[in-house]
Amino acid sequence: MTNSEPITDSALDIEKIRKDFPILQTKVYGRPLIYLDNAATTQKPRAVLQSLENYYTQYNSNVHRGVHFLSQQATEAYEEARKKIAAYINARFDHEIIFTKGTTNGINLVASSFGRKYLKEGDEVLISAMEHHSNIVPWQLICEEKGAVLKVIPINEQGELKMDAFDELLTKKVKIAAITYVSNSLGTVNPIREIIQKAQALNIPVLIDAAQAIQHIPIDIQQLDADFLAFSGHKIYGPTGVGVLYGKEKWLNEMPPYEGGGDMIKNVTFAKTTYNELPFKFEAGTPDISGGIALGAAIDYIQHIGVAAIQQAEEEVVAYAYGRLSAIPSLRFIGDAQHRSGAISFLIGNIHPYDLGEILDKQSIAVRTGHHCTQPLMDFFHIPGTVRASFAFYNTKAEVDELVKGIEKAKRMLE
Amino acid sequence: MTIKEQQDTIIEEFSFFTDWTEKYEYIIQLGKDLPLIDEQYKKEENLIRGCQSKVWLHAEHKEGKIYFTADSDAVITKGLVSMVVRVLSGQSPNDIAGAAIYFVDAIGLKNHLSLTRSNGLLSMLKQMKMYGVAFRNLEMR
Ligand SMILES: Cc1ncc(COP(=O)(O)O)c(C=O)c1O
Repeated sequence: MTNSEPITDSALDIEKIRKDFPILQTKVYGRPLIYLDNAATTQKPRAVLQSLENYYTQYNSNVHRGVHFLSQQATEAYEEARKKIAAYINARFDHEIIFTKGTTNGINLVASSFGRKYLKEGDEVLISAMEHHSNIVPWQLICEEKGAVLKVIPINEQGELKMDAFDELLTKKVKIAAITYVSNSLGTVNPIREIIQKAQALNIPVLIDAAQAIQHIPIDIQQLDADFLAFSGHKIYGPTGVGVLYGKEKWLNEMPPYEGGGDMIKNVTFAKTTYNELPFKFEAGTPDISGGIALGAAIDYIQHIGVAAIQQAEEEVVAYAYGRLSAIPSLRFIGDAQHRSGAISFLIGNIHPYDLGEILDKQSIAVRTGHHCTQPLMDFFHIPGTVRASFAFYNTKAEVDELVKGIEKAKRMLE
Repeated sequence: MTIKEQQDTIIEEFSFFTDWTEKYEYIIQLGKDLPLIDEQYKKEENLIRGCQSKVWLHAEHKEGKIYFTADSDAVITKGLVSMVVRVLSGQSPNDIAGAAIYFVDAIGLKNHLSLTRSNGLLSMLKQMKMYGVAFRNLEMR
């Protein structure tokens, strides 16, 4: 764009990849869009858009119901997507993949179904200080209902979990731990392997909020051995409205259904209903069929590019951004963890994040400002919010340079 | 000046700016210049919650007019707030209650009054009109 030196990006041909994402060619205020709000939602490659269109133009039909041709075709495509997702995270069984509306929905499902069956008065649920509201509020609700207690693993000033405190909080009273893999506000990558191992030693199941991990870090669920894992399709280049809950077969079999309706039943009389087998027991009603299929297409796309290559490209662009941002006087990072991924949060002097976001927006740079649905975390840092730039593999170093220029201009105007 | 005249003056002022930078620099200057509100009024009950920036609004009813003072923790919001205050402060409750605010749109800042903007400006405007209605009703008693 503007630098005189040639900018080398990673092994991926990013300029070519960018052509797969129609929206990256759009202009905002007459300038090329610089999209650095990928933690909020990612853009969609043509393959995903095509899959949506194909579904509605060629085989739109309800699933698991009809004997007719289209219905079978839709059912096959939907179940094929489930298989792809299962394979992507290396789940032992396809039926451990529950289609949901997103991360929030998946966590609510577990909090409600698991909580109703296993939580009693005086029990504890363990979360962390850096959780998204959707991994706080569902647990508060069920804890209140059951008289259980929500315990919170504290963090240090760098925005890392205090693992010694975790060790102390992890007692027999804890019935489930629900922890984010990657913090959406700070970019911190938590040591979840260690967390899961320690919890397992006490037979405590662990739910991983993978909303900010699934698109950045390869996940092998059998190796991690998490009991539950939730993520959103729209953050991994798929459409909005669809997400995934992985649950170990044993738990999913034991837990009561979350919602009642069609598809989740085997037999209904007014006296008693017997539930359908997995995964349908947890998928009441007509699902987001096109969304599920298109999420499968997103997974195909990612695998086509290569998950390892994506991770490498992202690490490179994030490291570059971190380096360039650190050189800005009066910029301070909010969250400065050793292991980080995806997002970088910061503040500049006394500038309100809203003002900075506004001036960046005018320069066609899309970042997120505010508390990022992690208000307790903002309280910990005594700030109203941050400015967050979050990256995907289609972001270039040239875009980072534009961000830095944009910030410098905002500083001149606002300071 | 009437509410309409105040708005037309602002529109005229903005017509001299040729790009967004000048416009925003002006708004930021307005935001910086005005110590808009007495500290004692920057209290919880005067706080209008926008999602991201806070806005405080205080209203005083004197001799048939309402005088507003306001503040915000974000400087751009504060600049916008100061313009709205300039338009509505010192007007009669009835005029405020029925005011059509068109200047924000006309100076190209329409999106600041949209629901998707979480800067509290829209809520502030609603609150000002509510003061207008409330004081009008008080006067009619
Ligand atoms: C860490 C984390 N958890 C949960 C969520 C909620 O995801 P969704 O709104 O897609 O359900 C998000 C989204 O911002 C997130 O970043």
